[in-house]
Amino acid sequence: MSIAHDFDYVRASTLAEALEALGEGGPGARVLAGGTDMVAWLRDDAVHPDLLVDIKDVPGLDEITVRDGTLEIGALVTFSRIIDSPLVAEHAPTLVEASHTVASVGIRNRATLVGNLCSAVPSLDGGPPLLVHEAALRVAGKDGERSVPIGEWFSGPRRTVLADGEIALGVSIPAAGEHGGCYLKLSRYRGEDLAQASVAALVLPGNRYRVAFGAVGPVAFRAPGIEDHLAGRVLDDEAMDGAKALVDEVISPITDVRASSEYRAHMCRVMLGRALRAAAGRLAGDGPAYGEELL
Amino acid sequence: MRQSVTITVNGSRFDVEVEPAEVLLDVLREKIGLKSPKIGCERGDCGSCTILIDGRTVRSCLVLAVEAEGHELTTLEGINHEGLTGLQRTMVEMSSFQCGFCAPGIVLSAYELIQEHPAPSREQVQEAIAGNLCRCTGYDPIVDAVLAATHEGGAV
Repeated sequence: MSIAHDFDYVRASTLAEALEALGEGGPGARVLAGGTDMVAWLRDDAVHPDLLVDIKDVPGLDEITVRDGTLEIGALVTFSRIIDSPLVAEHAPTLVEASHTVASVGIRNRATLVGNLCSAVPSLDGGPPLLVHEAALRVAGKDGERSVPIGEWFSGPRRTVLADGEIALGVSIPAAGEHGGCYLKLSRYRGEDLAQASVAALVLPGNRYRVAFGAVGPVAFRAPGIEDHLAGRVLDDEAMDGAKALVDEVISPITDVRASSEYRAHMCRVMLGRALRAAAGRLAGDGPAYGEELL
Repeated sequence: MRQSVTITVNGSRFDVEVEPAEVLLDVLREKIGLKSPKIGCERGDCGSCTILIDGRTVRSCLVLAVEAEGHELTTLEGINHEGLTGLQRTMVEMSSFQCGFCAPGIVLSAYELIQEHPAPSREQVQEAIAGNLCRCTGYDPIVDAVLAATHEGGAV
């Protein structure tokens, strides 16, 4: 099936050019990076842009750098680049673990992390790891740049707070220091499936915990109630049972073709336990290697 | 608005007129005449439309033709223009495929893997082709052939 409606295409060679094209295009203009969601949605007739502004030639957006301890991942960095990056492996191995679960090599070679955040589907693999890392998006508009904490980024399924005329330039991941993390994704098969449910956990010294869920609500989200329950406690059975008992209060899973709400809820409890234990083990130095199959 | 773009495939340049809404897969097949990328799911799930862009596998069903300008594209025709590759010969010998629809995508996915890992593990082969669906074989004869070809040398 081909794309059913026409649009214009501009390839910007500088950020200024891209912003100008978006400004002129108004609400009908959309940014194009890897396009793995955009082209699929165009085919589905789910989006109807008048203009696509391709930013792949904009210099400086394809970099992975560390500035003042903060890991900066540019808008054009693909999941494959994240998987291959020693910098990301050092600062945010949980993000590498999550990137390995994104679709297939052929998608990961093209799809960008920032594009994933802009597509903002509830099951996005980039969401939960960045939530527990308390990342922020850097956004450029005609009036300059702003920073949006990831927890304020998603405004609904496939919706973000990115305004017309703005471009997400990259994501900033502050140094978490010594930590152990884990991303678990429940899916039916390797190679292309979306998450039926996903959990990210980050364990910090002093028994401090961060937890986020994906695919079990309109957006990916942190679970402060669970984090507060666990704070200061070791992960014994009592603490873990209490945390699992809180899962139903924070998630709102739906039943669809990929899973029933009951199965999603059950597996969220299972995955929360395994993710926390794996993350705590990784912090202690005796956990499973990042990327190991835990489901 | 119709645009004139130059697409470089398998070392040759093609000047084509396309609408921005035209998908690279369709342009490769219908305007350039390369039929190895297959039309499957057309939503990035099945891998039958796999080509290489600048040496990396991508889904040509999820790329607009206008995005291809300035990049080096390679289809299956580009890697076996001097006859079957060692990997392909091994696949023939080991009856890796039945209908063959998935074969161009799988050969290119394996090709990309072998460039980086000349002697891959079974796990690496499985991961490399995990996004290429085959409905005939159950994958084992394909994975076996990639391993046989790479561990006996001369796969590419």
